[in-house]
Amino acid sequence: MKILNCPLNGPRNISEFAWGGEVKAMPDPVRCSDRAWADYVFLEANTAGVVREWWCHLATSYWFIAERNTVTDDVIRTYPASELFAERIQFTAPDKPGPR
Amino acid sequence: MPFALLKYGLGGKYPARRHLPKAKDLKPAYDVIIIGAGGHGLAAAYYLARDWGITDVAVLDKGYLAGGNTARNTAIIRSNYLTPEGVRFYEESLALFRNLSEEFDYNILYSERGHFTLAHTDAALRTCRWRAEVNKHLGVDSELIFPDEIARLCPALNLSEDMRYPILGALYHPPGAIARHDAVAWGYARYAADQGVEIHCNTEAQGFVIENGAVTGVETNRGRIACKRVLQAVAGSSSRVAKLAGLRLPIRTIPLQACVSLPLKRFLDQIVVSGSLHVYVSQSDRGELVMGGSTDPYGLYSTRSTLDFKEGLLGHMLELFPFLADVKLVRQWAGMADMTPDFSPIMGVTPVQNYYIDSGWGTWGFKATPVCGKRMAEMLATGKTPDVLHPFRLERFFEFDQVGEKGAASVGH
Repeated sequence: MKILNCPLNGPRNISEFAWGGEVKAMPDPVRCSDRAWADYVFLEANTAGVVREWWCHLATSYWFIAERNTVTDDVIRTYPASELFAERIQFTAPDKPGPR
Repeated sequence: MPFALLKYGLGGKYPARRHLPKAKDLKPAYDVIIIGAGGHGLAAAYYLARDWGITDVAVLDKGYLAGGNTARNTAIIRSNYLTPEGVRFYEESLALFRNLSEEFDYNILYSERGHFTLAHTDAALRTCRWRAEVNKHLGVDSELIFPDEIARLCPALNLSEDMRYPILGALYHPPGAIARHDAVAWGYARYAADQGVEIHCNTEAQGFVIENGAVTGVETNRGRIACKRVLQAVAGSSSRVAKLAGLRLPIRTIPLQACVSLPLKRFLDQIVVSGSLHVYVSQSDRGELVMGGSTDPYGLYSTRSTLDFKEGLLGHMLELFPFLADVKLVRQWAGMADMTPDFSPIMGVTPVQNYYIDSGWGTWGFKATPVCGKRMAEMLATGKTPDVLHPFRLERFFEFDQVGEKGAASVGH
């Protein structure tokens, strides 16, 4: 069984984790166009090589980030999301309440 | 029925004709360049020549003929999908498959076996009933059956109630079939080549020449070639090739593994699939059990095989066929599946003019080979999107008009 090193729980079997896909920058959901939102939700770089991606340790619902080579399947590094997201991202509020 | 072998045996002209002409030098320009000499690319070349008289075509492949996912699938053909768009598309494919051996005069070993999708839960039973109704509405032979009928049709299955997931019912699709996957590609290649289509293996597309938003040429490891249109049909490498044209696709590349047992005396005529247990299995003409499960739990550009996969798959296989406990595996392999968010393929135009894609073939590519080739050829020839392909356009993701295909194989529902 392949081992993944969880920043919170230490080395665990990879079957305890769920893959969350590549880390992408989220556009401002209120201001961005529908097209930009679809781009963010659906399109993938799907890189062959070293990628930065989300993983979740299911037993503890802990999301973190791993750097992994998608050709050799070597995990280079795992670290808490706080390393990338040091501050809270403030999205703008809608101008007026949306239709309900 | 193909008589080629009989004619050869009685003809007295030996050896047999060369299957494909010798490789030539690349020409400086072609009308159409197809990237990927797998089933899909070769089928498109064949139908371009047969239906539209377009023979100034080069099919390029960085490896050998049909050596990618065409060689790695489990050869199942069926049309009992869930969405009307999917059912219509795959039903057209099935109809084309039926006639291929005769059309080629070359046996693709097309064999109708009957296809069972087992249901072990009420939810799965409900999906089976839903699929049966959609299928029947569109004229596809498909019905929901229960354990007494399953026992009559497929006595090898373990229908005991003393198992973890007893079989409650099944979606039965009598036209479900298997075929010799390599022969499909070889047949298309041979008759496309007869019409003048050039097939160039060991020729890798390394870049595209794009002028004013339209593709006008392909850079290869054997030099630059000009062209009027490009079709990308590269299965598990779709994102990588599309990137050369500056495109990103809604695709994650995830391995799909499969394996084969020792040859056994025939006991299983049908194709058996269980979405809940992540198993699909059929018995090949050689008697081997051809088995697959679900896609890997995470994305990877690799065709390695894992113990986790085999443990999971074979544990479930033993639930369905307990008497196989002492049977050994003899081969294992994997293909790279292009999984889309809605489990449907992506075919058609792209933001780059004259650059067409045939991609997003997660676990449903082989069975679509003929229809995809035929309709993509139509699109390349006429510049118009055929109705049957319209639901599968790339633009659907920006219009939030996906085709949620939960009838796809290897997909947990």
